[in-house]
Amino acid sequence: MKENRPDIPKQTSLPMRIFRFYRDGFRSMTIGRRLWLLILIKLFIIFFIFKIFFFPDILHRDYDNDRDRAAAVRSSLLDRR
Amino acid sequence: MNDLMSVVDWSRAQFALTAMYHWLFVPLTLGLSVIVGIMETIYFKTRSEKWLVITKFWMTLFGINFAMGVATGIILEFEFGTNWSNYSWFVGDIFGAPLAIEGLLAFFMEATFVAIMFFGWKKVSPGFHLASTWLTALGASISALWILVANAWMQYPVGMEFDPAQMRNVMDDFWAVAFSPVAIHKFLHAVFDGWVLAAVFVIGVSAWFLLKNTRRDLALKSIKVSGWVGLVGMILTLWSGDGSAVDVARVQPMKLAAMEGLYDGGRGQEIVGIGILDPSKERTDDKDPYLFKIAIPYGLSFLATHDINGFVPGINDLIEGREITAEGDTVKTVSYAERIARGKLAHEALRAFDRAMTADDEAAMESARADLKVNYPYFGYGYLDSVDEAVPPVGMTFYSFHIMVIFGSYLFLFLILAVYAVYRRPGWWNSRLLLWISILSVAVVWICSQAGWVTAEVGRQPWIIEGLMPTRAAVSAVSTASVQLTFWMFAVVFTCLLAAEAVIMIRFIGKESRTTDIDDGQPVDNNEY
Repeated sequence: MKENRPDIPKQTSLPMRIFRFYRDGFRSMTIGRRLWLLILIKLFIIFFIFKIFFFPDILHRDYDNDRDRAAAVRSSLLDRR
Repeated sequence: MNDLMSVVDWSRAQFALTAMYHWLFVPLTLGLSVIVGIMETIYFKTRSEKWLVITKFWMTLFGINFAMGVATGIILEFEFGTNWSNYSWFVGDIFGAPLAIEGLLAFFMEATFVAIMFFGWKKVSPGFHLASTWLTALGASISALWILVANAWMQYPVGMEFDPAQMRNVMDDFWAVAFSPVAIHKFLHAVFDGWVLAAVFVIGVSAWFLLKNTRRDLALKSIKVSGWVGLVGMILTLWSGDGSAVDVARVQPMKLAAMEGLYDGGRGQEIVGIGILDPSKERTDDKDPYLFKIAIPYGLSFLATHDINGFVPGINDLIEGREITAEGDTVKTVSYAERIARGKLAHEALRAFDRAMTADDEAAMESARADLKVNYPYFGYGYLDSVDEAVPPVGMTFYSFHIMVIFGSYLFLFLILAVYAVYRRPGWWNSRLLLWISILSVAVVWICSQAGWVTAEVGRQPWIIEGLMPTRAAVSAVSTASVQLTFWMFAVVFTCLLAAEAVIMIRFIGKESRTTDIDDGQPVDNNEY
């Protein structure tokens, strides 16, 4: 029976072991490299293009405080038909 | 008005597109994580290398799907702030709190345990790895819980009080929000639907291997595990669906009436199994709503009330406020005309509150607040000009519901057949007919799952928050052109990314179909991640 044993020496500090765990994991990826590339492209599009240029939070962009935002929503909801 | 309607329609289309896109991946993540967990548990118990290979294969497909779905849901939150700013302000922390919990849980649980799942082979003990796999499955389901709590609150708003000064619904009972029966049934229904979807996906991919006459051992073992997960998932989906039906009958009876195309209800109401609606039917005419139907006597009464003689109101009964008690007495509840009148009184009270606040008149503010509180349950009806505006699109709700039920019934029979064949008639898995049925069933299960959401969301129209806010009041004052632009940008960019990731998945399955099964004792060194 094959026994899986941890490869990382126990005497290394915990943060270093965690760092090496992720580093070795990312280095050994095959399909994962392409997937991560696509994930990074997706996150870039979402957060640096969509969010900044196309999906502003309208109330936070147009009003300075919660009182003004509440007044704007109240006015909008009472005028809306 | 026309421009406003365009903004509403385009904003709804964009939200629907984003949500349906997101829901392509979520149920597969929910179900495949459980199937992989069971497979790894078998490996852990038997230490058979065959099960290790099987576990790693499906874990890789889980990883590809996980990557495909990552962050697609974030766009929905952006849309709240941009296209639905009235709504997102109005709901306040009721919506924000569950989504914040979901975000934190998803990040910490999934980022940690998914990493151990994929990077942890030989780095952590087998027991710890197995625990991480199960915790990934648990984390995915807990994430789904908070999203569905937020959605359920829109269908059944509880646990809050409206504060006209803040113009927000303020949560005053977190547990009422988190554990409302609508939320619990919705959560269970969605999670078990994920089990069924993933099971049919595994059977479909396994059938592809069998069709190619390769990886026979992997395919048959995978069908055994996923077949059981699918069957159990289907039984639990039916059970939770029954709970949801009772909830809908109680808190959204208009949705139930639209799901069945029921204009005039009654006791001992039949349920339509298969039917075609008459598109020329008007609410107030005497035409038969159906051109064709096959119905089960007493079925709808039993589904909605668990009593074959229970009264199920139709669209007209609800509009007229007609109800029948358990004793058979006809009583009058709040008609829709009265709801509209009381909604307009609520608007007047809010206007009075606004004037009093501007004048800094505390006494007038308190008086207006009290008037508003009395009629607040009908606040959303104040936007309606006629009772017909409170009726959801009957055709779309009816057909999406029946597609879900018919496809779901088919999938139940398919899963029984798959399990029976793999245990008692393994030779049937040489039949090209069964293999092709299995492959095509993958499309059926996705359509079924999406149809369920179409029923839930179209059936609750015109409300974005049941009774409190119609969809048209929820949108921001943005231009139609800007929503159209982001709609097409999202559609094009994410379809390209979806295609790229689907190619990775198909190539991986194709590559695996060109390898052979291993024998026990043969070392497994491949790491496909």
